[in-house]
Amino acid sequence: MFCIAKKVQNVSEIVKVEQLKKYFPVQKSFLEQMFARKISYVKAVDNVTFSVRKGEIFTLAGESGCGKTTTGRLIVRLIKPTSGKIYFNDADVTNLKGERLRLLRRKMQIVFQDPYASLNPRMKIGDAVGHPLEIHSLAKGEGKKKLVLDVFDKVGLTPPEQFTSLYPHQLSGGQRQRAALARSIILKPEFIVADEPVSMIDVSLRTTIIDLMLGFRKELGLTYLFITHDLAVAKYISDRIAIMYLGKIIEMSSKENLFLKSLHPYTQSLLSAIPIPNPERERKILELKGEVPSAINIPSGCRFHPRCPYEKAECAEKEPELVEVEKDHFVACNSY
Amino acid sequence: MIRLPLVEIDSLVVDYLASRGKVRAVEDVSFYLEKGEKLGLAGESGSGKSTLGLSLLRLVPYPGIIVKGCIKIDETDIAKLPEHEMRSIRGKKVAYIFQDPMTSLNPVKRIGAHFVELIRTHEPTVSKEDALERAKTMLKNLGILPERINDYPHQFSGGMRQRIMIGLAIALNPDLVIADEPTTALDVIVQAKILDLLENLRKIYGMALILISHDLSILLERCDKITVMYAGHMFEYASSIELHKAPKHPYTQGLLQSIPNIEVTDQKLSAIPGSPPNMLNPPKGCRFWPRCSYAKEICRVKEPTLIDIGHNHLVRCVLYSEKGAECE
Repeated sequence: MFCIAKKVQNVSEIVKVEQLKKYFPVQKSFLEQMFARKISYVKAVDNVTFSVRKGEIFTLAGESGCGKTTTGRLIVRLIKPTSGKIYFNDADVTNLKGERLRLLRRKMQIVFQDPYASLNPRMKIGDAVGHPLEIHSLAKGEGKKKLVLDVFDKVGLTPPEQFTSLYPHQLSGGQRQRAALARSIILKPEFIVADEPVSMIDVSLRTTIIDLMLGFRKELGLTYLFITHDLAVAKYISDRIAIMYLGKIIEMSSKENLFLKSLHPYTQSLLSAIPIPNPERERKILELKGEVPSAINIPSGCRFHPRCPYEKAECAEKEPELVEVEKDHFVACNSY
Repeated sequence: MIRLPLVEIDSLVVDYLASRGKVRAVEDVSFYLEKGEKLGLAGESGSGKSTLGLSLLRLVPYPGIIVKGCIKIDETDIAKLPEHEMRSIRGKKVAYIFQDPMTSLNPVKRIGAHFVELIRTHEPTVSKEDALERAKTMLKNLGILPERINDYPHQFSGGMRQRIMIGLAIALNPDLVIADEPTTALDVIVQAKILDLLENLRKIYGMALILISHDLSILLERCDKITVMYAGHMFEYASSIELHKAPKHPYTQGLLQSIPNIEVTDQKLSAIPGSPPNMLNPPKGCRFWPRCSYAKEICRVKEPTLIDIGHNHLVRCVLYSEKGAECE
């Protein structure tokens, strides 16, 4: 019985990344380049390993600069990793090129944070949403039109006939994000990376967009990698959450475990800082020393040690591994 | 002793005369604020919350104009004050903290110079050295090393820049600080630190605070009273405890049901249908009726007035006007 369960679990991993790294070289002036002995790097993603199970919503959360967006972009192959492996449905897709990469992109899509920037201002949104169908030569003419109207209806841009001929500037922020969602699902992908899809949208509209995404998961059998800095939103939608700090995952678990018994001091501090919409509730913030260091000069040992309230002597030298302390609950801290 | 309000706004109307037509950004807003009080202004983008904040300093940007209403600060109606007298109010009596600290600090000026200029403009008798000394004390209060007084804005992190903005705002010990989305661009941990700092300084200096934010959770947590704005109208005004326990306006109720709370397990959020109106052409009657699940025939025709339903809880909705109480 146990054996079967394990096998099923293996098959059900839709995306897996292993020891993924992305270092961006730091641009220097000509003179500095002449005399510098070595190039320095921004270690945006530094050895990240995780997998996303079929049908789940897996969230990467963390503060700005922690590498969550870079990880998302690496997975959909918008940028090339420095090293590491990316698997999609058990196939290594790290170095796919040309036609095969295009075929992969039919199955994985991305929704960006800023719906103002992700839609071409000179393209009618009907054309923008239908464009992927042309790129992948899936439909033309009437067939394409029908699919576009269908998908507009699905994302709630109704009546669809009216919306297809509008330009992005004629839509509100929420409607634009609906259009971006429509474009991401028109190819019927299996996997969507949603990079802060609601952070630029008005509060009263956020829930509609989130509910729409949750609905598609059931209806279209989608799997999401959700990227957010907002842990309250993460708690509402995710199944599992990974917290990133300076390019590394420092804790990863089911959302229940993360919110009830977080282990890493950074996670605890993050959680304690989330505002609670209740005026009668006193909360205690777990204060951290200083600020997030630069990703160019990552502290030695545990990268969190200069700010950690429970710092031990070994932390400055020993870099903790991400270990499973109980089933499905991983933490990278020398105390565990 | 009668407690005089520090700020008293009465039927304020602010228009933007855009080329495509007139946008009434703030309409018929009235409230007052006592000394030392913390008021939250909640609203979505385009609700008029920032315009309202800016009009307290008469800084509404072109083509905005204050059409009518009075804005009394310490008994002086600043809506009619000549421009040169406004300078003694701005910074001295009322200070403003803007959302983006990078664009509000001068990139080619050292931090110390920002303070010196500010202090010496308002208090010309203070010497440069004394002003710098005051700046250093302020930096210490802000949790920044006083040695960094000669650094430029780009040498500080986002959180530190926002702290410097707060320092500049309170340097002249104003009676009122208006903080317009002071932490929106910042991460949660930094946000909590900044808001704590603001609260501590507010206590030390005894200022009143108007906190403007789209994030109702922050306001509920940090303010005594909250004003909910929608499409230029004040929809509800109540103490935060009252607003949290018994929100009256359907819009406030909807907002509260759409914010996730990490303390609630298996929370069900519900969304408000539709989207905020185009302010060039707002709906007739109540501005919320196209999205309101309680909308009646009368809502499409008649604009409801702001009424007090007791305990200084104001609501602008027909459900509570005259004989509407039965709908509760």
